[in-house]
Amino acid sequence: MYNQPHPLEVKVLTRRFGLPNSRSIDTYMANDGYTGLKKALEMTPEQIVDYVKLSGLRGRGGAGFPTGLKWSFVPRTSPKPKYIMVNADESEPGTCKDRLLIENDPHQVIEGAMIAGLAINAEQGYIYIRGEYRYLIELMDKAIEEAYAKGVLGENVMGTGKRFHFATHSGAGAYECGEESALLESFEGKRGNPRIRPPFPAVAGVYQSPTILNNVETYSAVAPIFQQGAEYFCGLGSPKNGGTRLFCVSGHVERPGVYELPMGTNLLKIIHEVAGGVRGGKKLKAVIPGGSSCPVLKADECDINMDFDSLAAAKSMLGSGGIVVMDEDTCIVKAALRIMRFYAHESCGWCIPCREGTTWLRKLLQRFHDGMGTRSDIVLIGDLSKNMLGRTFCPLGDAAAMPTIAFVEKFRDEFEAHLDGKPCPKENISRLVAA
Amino acid sequence: MTFSPALEARFEKFLAKYPADRKRSALIPMLIYAQDEVGSITDELIQELARRTGTTPMQVTEVVGFYSMLQRKPMGKYHVQICTNISCLLRGGDELWEQACKKTGLGHKQVAADGSFSLEEVECMGACSWAPAMQVNYDFYHGVTPKQLDVLLDSLAAGKKPEEIAEVKKVSC
Repeated sequence: MYNQPHPLEVKVLTRRFGLPNSRSIDTYMANDGYTGLKKALEMTPEQIVDYVKLSGLRGRGGAGFPTGLKWSFVPRTSPKPKYIMVNADESEPGTCKDRLLIENDPHQVIEGAMIAGLAINAEQGYIYIRGEYRYLIELMDKAIEEAYAKGVLGENVMGTGKRFHFATHSGAGAYECGEESALLESFEGKRGNPRIRPPFPAVAGVYQSPTILNNVETYSAVAPIFQQGAEYFCGLGSPKNGGTRLFCVSGHVERPGVYELPMGTNLLKIIHEVAGGVRGGKKLKAVIPGGSSCPVLKADECDINMDFDSLAAAKSMLGSGGIVVMDEDTCIVKAALRIMRFYAHESCGWCIPCREGTTWLRKLLQRFHDGMGTRSDIVLIGDLSKNMLGRTFCPLGDAAAMPTIAFVEKFRDEFEAHLDGKPCPKENISRLVAA
Repeated sequence: MTFSPALEARFEKFLAKYPADRKRSALIPMLIYAQDEVGSITDELIQELARRTGTTPMQVTEVVGFYSMLQRKPMGKYHVQICTNISCLLRGGDELWEQACKKTGLGHKQVAADGSFSLEEVECMGACSWAPAMQVNYDFYHGVTPKQLDVLLDSLAAGKKPEEIAEVKKVSC
């Protein structure tokens, strides 16, 4: 753990964090570890899927799709082998939770993946970990080894005669590979270009076989759902948004950190109480609520419950749980530019609206930030973004366009302040604050 | 092409992870671990891994070009990667980047003449709540100030190992 926990936290996925040797299988098993698997081993696949549905769990990677429903799409009776894939390619700016879940409790991830395996009769699972997380690959390899030695993984899972194998897989640096179909391409040893869907991974995933593909946090939630009960988990959150969420608070707050809080916790409460308020007593200006792909909220829009439906109603997204807080001295044009530089760099180039759109938006925003923008550029930035929406194989194009549209619409005054050859009006102030 | 016994053993393990007719899945993990030993993705390495994974050198080259961690030219002994993405930017990531450029005299993806250091401005590395963050090779450093960066680079240049540097601690272990 890299930050102090907060008393308002409800520790479900993180409850073993901080225990001595929390990543070892012995600590895990002394604290309910693999009891969820034991329970699932006595259930039918249908019962497992229904139980996950009952928990109200929704995908923690960003889209918030109901997990049980996703699992129910897998054709269990297909003669093809079935696979479990854990997406640990965490790279959405603002997001740093999967790292903690693997680092502090790798067996919880393995248990969740194994329960998913039982739900679709899969006998093989993989965890795709981004290459930069090398130490986590080594750590997960050790955990897997322990699980084999204890008879949890292998040819005879906990003495039941069932089979489940699990292995790590290293990425090599590409944001795009966090997108499910690009991850599958990359896993097969190819460039990480997305696949057209349908078919979805549930039907044609790993090696064109039926696959459950979820985020690390989603699998990490499956273990406690089976250990402590689906009703208990569901009751922690808000309606239709079961459980807790690991919120990664970053930017201009007194106590940035990753905090596990009930779904639906008020955003202002997270900023002011849990994260200690805006740094240096400054005023709040804007918040990106769920990673850089999510449309920004203005300060007066932040009295909002942090769950998938409330954020969707506010035309933003809960996304991956990355809450990026910006104070009154932040230059929005600079923020928008930095985010667009990221998308332009990470666009895989497969779809033209994304490849060209992100590059042109980067150029436009750079020119604007340098004080050489024109009034028509403001309109052009908005139009260009809107033209990217829905016109690409994968959501990266949308992820670049949506926040840009919101930045321009909600902070048009700041864009206008950059006009007429003025340099960035906030630049000097933000330099002083950061120093 | 020959590799160390440790790397050969790792390759064998990698290839065993995937179905026998899916050796290509091992390609990217093999590339990145081989790069750690060889120094970069050389033409010879591409030929060798193509042979071992049942792919063509062209298919391997195509893959290498896609991933930001795979380098066709060797980086420095210490590859310093500084994140300036949004969360780091808000906590001084760009000052850290500027300091690193000043200190080393290098720019983005440049390598020192003696091969000691190389520099890269990188995208989000998953340390947003503990920004500004950086990596030296695979080690993470959180909440780094420009002063700490100087100490870290000086200590590494003086031959200290990352774990021996008490003033600036790597967090990943």
